[in-house]
Amino acid sequence: MIATVLTGTVLAADGEGSVLVPAVSELIWSVVFVAIIGFAFYRYALPGFQKVLDERTARIEGGIEKAETVQAEADAALARYTKELNEARAEAARIREEARVEGNAIVADLRAKAQEEANRILETGLRQIEAERQQVMVTLRADVGVLATQLASKIVGESLDDEVRQSRVVDRFLDELEASTAVSTKGK
Amino acid sequence: MFRWPTHPQESALFTAATTQLLAASGEGGGFQPPSISDFFPPPILFAGTPFEFNRIQLVRLLVTAVVVTVFVVGARRAKLVPGRGQNILELVLDFVRVNIAEEILGTEKAKKYVSLLTTIFVAILALNLAGVVPGLNIAGTSVIGLPIVLAAWVFVMYLGAGIRAHGLGGFLRTSLFPPGVPPYMYVLLTPIEFLTVFVIRPATLAIRLVANMISGHLMLVLVISATEFFLVEAGPALKAYGLVTFGAALALTLFEAFIAALQAYIFVVLAAVYLNLSIQEEH
Repeated sequence: MIATVLTGTVLAADGEGSVLVPAVSELIWSVVFVAIIGFAFYRYALPGFQKVLDERTARIEGGIEKAETVQAEADAALARYTKELNEARAEAARIREEARVEGNAIVADLRAKAQEEANRILETGLRQIEAERQQVMVTLRADVGVLATQLASKIVGESLDDEVRQSRVVDRFLDELEASTAVSTKGK
Repeated sequence: MFRWPTHPQESALFTAATTQLLAASGEGGGFQPPSISDFFPPPILFAGTPFEFNRIQLVRLLVTAVVVTVFVVGARRAKLVPGRGQNILELVLDFVRVNIAEEILGTEKAKKYVSLLTTIFVAILALNLAGVVPGLNIAGTSVIGLPIVLAAWVFVMYLGAGIRAHGLGGFLRTSLFPPGVPPYMYVLLTPIEFLTVFVIRPATLAIRLVANMISGHLMLVLVISATEFFLVEAGPALKAYGLVTFGAALALTLFEAFIAALQAYIFVVLAAVYLNLSIQEEH
C-alpha cells in the first residue's frame, strides 16, 4: 500500500504533481527565477563587489608599497648621515694631526733659527775681538819700537850716536822683543 | 533520498503512521497533517497555461526579489571601508570564494567559477530559508523544478569545463576510461562512469536538495499543526502535549535553518568538486 502511495506521488500522480518529475509550468518558472538571479548576480552584484574588493587590495598594496618606499628612504638617509658623520670625524682627526705636525715643525724651525742667530752673534763677537787684537798688535808693534828706542837712548845716552852701533842695538832689541812676543802669544 | 522500508516491523510502523496521516487528512476539520499536496498548491494565475503561477512560484518570486535587491543595492553601495550590512554580504561572498571555490579548485582555477558557485549558493540559501520564514513557510527549492534547473546549470558547466580543458575526446577518455586500470575492467567501469557523470551527479544534486526541503517542510508542518491542534481543538487532557510539540517546532525551525545553510553548502561544494573532477589533469 505504501509503495503505491509513494510511487504515485514520486512518479506522475494524476491531478497532483510529482515529487521528482516537474510540471511544465514549474520548469518554466524555475528557469525564469534562476535566470533573474543569475543575471542580476553576473551583471551587477558580483562585479560590483569584485570592484570594491580589487580597489581595497590595490589600496592596501599601495599603502604597503608606500611604507616600503618611505622605509627605504629613511634607511638611505640614515646611511648617508652616518657616512657623513664618519667623514667629518676623520676630517677633524686629520686636521688635528696636521696642526700638531705643523706646530712641531714651526717650533723646530724657530729653534733652528734661534740657534743660527746665536751662532752668528757669537761668531761676529769672536771676529771683532780678533780684529781688535790684530789692530792692538799692529799699534803696539809700531809704538813699542819708538818707545823702546826712546827708552834705550835715554838709558844708553850718547853712546849710541854712531849709526852702526845704533842699528845693531835696535835689531838686537827687536829680536828679543819678537821672541818675547812669540812666547807671550804662545803662552796666551 | 527515498529509501523503501525493508524491515517488516519498520515497514508496518511506517504504513500505520502513513495511513493515520492520510486518514486524518481526509477529514474536514480537526488535525491538519502535512501532505505532499502542500507542494502542489492550486494555481493563482494563468491556470491551465504552461505559465501556471501558484503559491510556490509566489514564494520564489518574493525570495528572488529580496535576494536581487539586497545584493544589487549592496554592490552599488559597496565602499572601500565596509559598513555593517556590506560586511555581512562580503562574509557570504568570501565564504564561497575562500572556503569552497579556492579550497576545492585552487586559487587560480577558482577565479573562473566563483561567480557560478556564489550565485548558486546565495540562491539556494535564500530559497531554502523561505521554508522557515513565517508567512512563506515553504522552501522555494522544495519542488523539483528549481533544483533541476540549478543541477542542470552545474551539469552544463562541468561538461563545458571538461571539454574546454581536455577537448571532447580527451574529456570522455578521462571521465569514462579512468587511467591505471586493467583494460578488461573497462567493461565494468565505463558504464558506471558514464552513469555517474551524465546521470547520477546531476540527479543526486537535484534530488538531495528537494528531498531535504520536502522532509523539512513536512516535519515543521507536522509539529506546528499538531501544536495548533493540541492547544486549540484537543481536549484539556491533551493540551500539555501542545507545549511539547511547540518546543519541537521551535527546535525544528532552528534545525531547518541549519539544514537550509547546510544543503546550500553541500550543493555548491559538490558542484565545485564536479568542476574540479572535469578540469583536473590526468594522473
